[in-house]
Amino acid sequence: MLWYTGKRLLQMIPVFFGATFLIYFMVFSLPGDPIAALYGERPPSPAVIAQIRAEYNLDRPFIVQYLLYIGNFFQGDLGTTYSGRSVSDVMASAFPITARLAMLALAFEALFGILVGLIAGLRKGKLFDASALVVSLLLISVPTFVIGFVLQFVFGVQLDWARTTVSGAAPWDQLILPALVLASVSFAYIVRLTRASVSDNLNADFVRTATAKGLSRPRVVTVHVLRNSLVPVITFLGVDIGSLMVGAIVTEGIFNINGVGGTVFKAIRLGEGPTVVSFIAVMVVIFVLANLLVDLLYAALDPRIRYAK
Amino acid sequence: MTQLATETVNQIPSSDSAPLLEIRDLEVGFRTQRGIVPAVRGVSLTLYPGQTLAIVGESGSGKTTTAQAIIKLLAGTGQVTAGQILFEGRDLTTLTAAEMQNVRGRQIGYVPQDPMSNLNPVWNIGFQVAEAIRANSDLRGKALKQRTIEVLQEAGLSDAADRLKQYPHQFSGGMRQRVLIGIGLSARPKLLIADEPTSALDVTVQRQILDHLATLTRDYGTSVLFITHDLGLAAERAEQLVVMYKGRVVESGPSQEILSNPQHPYTQRLVAAAPSLASRRIQSKKNEDAPATEIFSAGGTDTALIRRATERELAASGKDLISVEGITKMYRIRKSGLRYTELLAVNDVSFGVKKGTTTAIVGESGSGKSTVAKLILQLESTTSGRIEFDGQDVAGLTGRDLLKFRRRVQPVFQDPYGSLDPQYNVGNTIAEPLLAHKIGTKKERQKRVLELLDQVSLPASTQFRYPSELSGGQRQRIAIARALALKPDVLVLDEAVSALDVLVQGQILNLLTELQTELGLTYLFITHDLAVVRLVADNVCVMQKGRIVEAASTDEVFDNPHEVYTQELLAAIPGANFEFGR
Repeated sequence: MLWYTGKRLLQMIPVFFGATFLIYFMVFSLPGDPIAALYGERPPSPAVIAQIRAEYNLDRPFIVQYLLYIGNFFQGDLGTTYSGRSVSDVMASAFPITARLAMLALAFEALFGILVGLIAGLRKGKLFDASALVVSLLLISVPTFVIGFVLQFVFGVQLDWARTTVSGAAPWDQLILPALVLASVSFAYIVRLTRASVSDNLNADFVRTATAKGLSRPRVVTVHVLRNSLVPVITFLGVDIGSLMVGAIVTEGIFNINGVGGTVFKAIRLGEGPTVVSFIAVMVVIFVLANLLVDLLYAALDPRIRYAK
Repeated sequence: MTQLATETVNQIPSSDSAPLLEIRDLEVGFRTQRGIVPAVRGVSLTLYPGQTLAIVGESGSGKTTTAQAIIKLLAGTGQVTAGQILFEGRDLTTLTAAEMQNVRGRQIGYVPQDPMSNLNPVWNIGFQVAEAIRANSDLRGKALKQRTIEVLQEAGLSDAADRLKQYPHQFSGGMRQRVLIGIGLSARPKLLIADEPTSALDVTVQRQILDHLATLTRDYGTSVLFITHDLGLAAERAEQLVVMYKGRVVESGPSQEILSNPQHPYTQRLVAAAPSLASRRIQSKKNEDAPATEIFSAGGTDTALIRRATERELAASGKDLISVEGITKMYRIRKSGLRYTELLAVNDVSFGVKKGTTTAIVGESGSGKSTVAKLILQLESTTSGRIEFDGQDVAGLTGRDLLKFRRRVQPVFQDPYGSLDPQYNVGNTIAEPLLAHKIGTKKERQKRVLELLDQVSLPASTQFRYPSELSGGQRQRIAIARALALKPDVLVLDEAVSALDVLVQGQILNLLTELQTELGLTYLFITHDLAVVRLVADNVCVMQKGRIVEAASTDEVFDNPHEVYTQELLAAIPGANFEFGR
């Protein structure tokens, strides 16, 4: 298992380089001149432009730019934004906020999704099951921003239970409402996944045998049905960590949160190569690590899965 | 074995003791959209303490449903619609869920059918056994662990202490079944329900496990309700038999009585068809059939028989149609990294098959018998050795010659559910080999399909039906018809009747024998079931661990087995040695 983990971590190296290279290339080939975009209506003198270009290495060939960027990256210098802030600073302020938001969302969707899915699976065809299916279908089909605005209006404006927008520091309690919005779609998928998996496992031979052993119903359900049903759900959750980090753009927009999504979106518009690439590189690492975590969890949940060296 | 069987038979329960289990007019139905479909219709049976009772019947007879109704574990929408299940005088059908929980495991143990699917794959063995003990006793901690090891050791896993942390997939089928038996008996229940506990296992393993189960239940004084489709097994293991057919009890009584003097027509058919029981009877039939001299001396007038006998004699003197010389098949199994281990699946196997005869290759799972079939069919290549078909080496065949070879040697596989394409109707399925070999026009193929359906005794209308609408036996007939489509010389039948109920199995074996006589076919019959071999084969090769350990004519192998392994296999046939007056 240690071998396997090591091997998987080593595999991150080419993934890292491949991803950063591709993104750098794409940002490089974006149409438009970033400097011109920066200054807008009143372009500076050609000399100033040339100076800025030289400062950001924009006058060098693409491959050199990339190598310079990577070199600096490994020295801990992620470059500066066109407004002069260091990218590491921007990251240090944006990532914790998004991470908090994503963790909260993940906790919500895992907790409620599995709970609702389990009950629905156990009571297949009953009222609870039917309502859970309808609600999850609604959550899947209604766009996130609609859910976001509705919740913002109901809880923030009408009931006044939560703030409609999140303050700059984004403390945990203010993130609850945004996290619920962010979790909504995944919650719906988890309900359906758990429900299907539970109702499948309920009919498994070993569940009948467990009952025949004289075990109580709650024990049969938790020990023999739920654990077996969690394997596919865990996979989904692992992959979802990544999408929650990235997919928070809409939610962050609605609740005015200064997280990763908004920052990257702005950087892409400005053509800020280093900012975009650095953020994405970190996200790629998070994705890969999350997937590794899923694979390891997989083996923990299902002993039949053993990874070869 | 004989001793054991007769011993239990003699153990007639004292009639004055109260019955442990009494089922009265039990009716069980499954709720569907079209109302309740009855599965068990008015079943009554009585089981006394210390007694073993077997419910026998084919799939769909309601035997398992009856057993599951006792411990309230009916699948899906099943429910008891009428009748009583009295366990020590208490009606189980009226118990609440909580009361039932105390009955399960503690008073009624249950050993399920399939050891592969009845242990939870994600928990280790120790956990699953300990959990059962914990639910039915006050043992905790060290004492619980100690008892867990004890239970497993009693069930026949001597190295239990070291294997507690292992998972089900690290156990063989037989070992898993031992674990399940251990779980079933862990709380020393008064009644053990064993639902086909060994039908997924090899015969020798089956025998060991059933012997062990018999010893345990006798020592503990446990009554056993034994569910099986195998009449021989039931007769050997239980003193009382209940024969079920379509949800009803058609006959019940002491095993010996039912076997020697079956009253109900269904039981009579079952007794007649059960190959395991009929080994002696079939032997006499074979005697009429095989050695030509005897038939003549007995004044036999059956021309077909005489013709067949002469053909056989002719064939026996002729050359081998298939001749296998020292074939070996080595599989390389990838281990970690670049290392491989080598598995010798077939090791220096030689035999010959004469035209018009049947050669059976017998062995347990893993013996390499199916690999031999694959090698002969040229589905896999041999590592070394030579396979000759009609005087020609088949190893080097390519292109047109290979097609020609395939036309003459056709396979029929075990699983009639898996070997037919569910999207193809029967007519297309049978015509497909003709199409693949570009034989005939559409009209001619159509005619041939009808001819073939007729040969396998299916009505012409079957050609428009789909596999899902047909029974297992009908599907196997279609698989045979498809194999015959190209007018082959040889059929390689790989466990072709193993998945079928005993009556259907008998029909298919009859069909195969008729077709052999009619078309002069040569069969290579791969099976694990010696009882079936007795019915159809002229020669037998017994395989063990990739080698042929014994090869001789069927009569020789059965009457005078030389090898210990063959003797074990023969002794393990359920009911083979069961004495019943006839």
